Amino acid sequence: MSYLYIAYAATWLIHITYLVTVFRRYSRLKKEVEQLPRK
Amino acid sequence: MKKAFPILGLLTAVLLSYALYEALVVAPQEQTMGDVQRIFYYHVPSAWTAFLLFAINFLASVLYLVRRNPQTDKIASWVVIVLAVLTCIGGYAFRSALPKDVYPSSVATTGIAIAGLYFLLRKYFSEQGTDILALTTAEVGVVFCTVVLVTGPLWARPVWGIWWTWDIRLTSTLVLWLIYVSYLVLRRFSTSGETPVLAAALAVFGALDVPLVYFSIWFFRTQHPQPVIGGGGSIDPRMLHVLLINWLAFLCFAFLVCWSRYRLERMQRDVEETQALEALLEPGGHVR
Repeated sequence: MSYLYIAYAATWLIHITYLVTVFRRYSRLKKEVEQLPRK
Repeated sequence: MKKAFPILGLLTAVLLSYALYEALVVAPQEQTMGDVQRIFYYHVPSAWTAFLLFAINFLASVLYLVRRNPQTDKIASWVVIVLAVLTCIGGYAFRSALPKDVYPSSVATTGIAIAGLYFLLRKYFSEQGTDILALTTAEVGVVFCTVVLVTGPLWARPVWGIWWTWDIRLTSTLVLWLIYVSYLVLRRFSTSGETPVLAAALAVFGALDVPLVYFSIWFFRTQHPQPVIGGGGSIDPRMLHVLLINWLAFLCFAFLVCWSRYRLERMQRDVEETQALEALLEPGGHVR
């Protein structure tokens, strides 16, 4: 039974880790956009 | 489209929760393996989703390569049509050579679906768009493939008594993962202007491993369980229902993640382009 819960938790841990990296890249990019001169 | 994203996100979250409930509560318990068999409801849909994403990566990479020359683009379109027709005819002509439970109609449908997807991508994605799509699907595909490689051993340990064996299905899946990780490393760290072309060529050859992984359990003696749909396998209809619900939920989730990643990559390229232009327009900037 514990293997089942570990597998399900690992699946969501992998997906959430990836989503966090995407979100961090987005935040960094947003800062770069703000730094661009507005013309 | 921007307004649709939160609604689709919410619907996907509901679907994923429902699929989880179905997998843990509604699906019947397997007699020999017990509850650990329920790992199957995450393992198999993740594998199918990864294969689909790698297939899209393959088509997008082919499109990116052939579109560099209008003549090859035209020839490639005809080649795709001819291959689709040959698949339809070949499925019926060589039906005796097909594995058990593989019907000529399913071979024909696969051929037509791949050709249809090729023309859809060709119509709706620009040259740069196909490059971004290839990158996006490879990245998300690697995430799903990682899930497959993690959940597989977690199922194998209590059932087989070992975490891993160098069996053809397991080894070819690991090779597939390594190919796409190297694809992402190439895209991330190569500074050559030809990186998208090199990556697309790598993706085209890398995709050859997908059918090898999929059909390995049909054509070779392996320790991995036999296919549950087709290939002589069978599954309880209630289990099949839960499996398909989970696959649908993962497909929706993968679509949303790919969509976000695609938009992010487009934005990144726009910013880089603007920064390059800014550098040129600065008082000290000059074109060499």
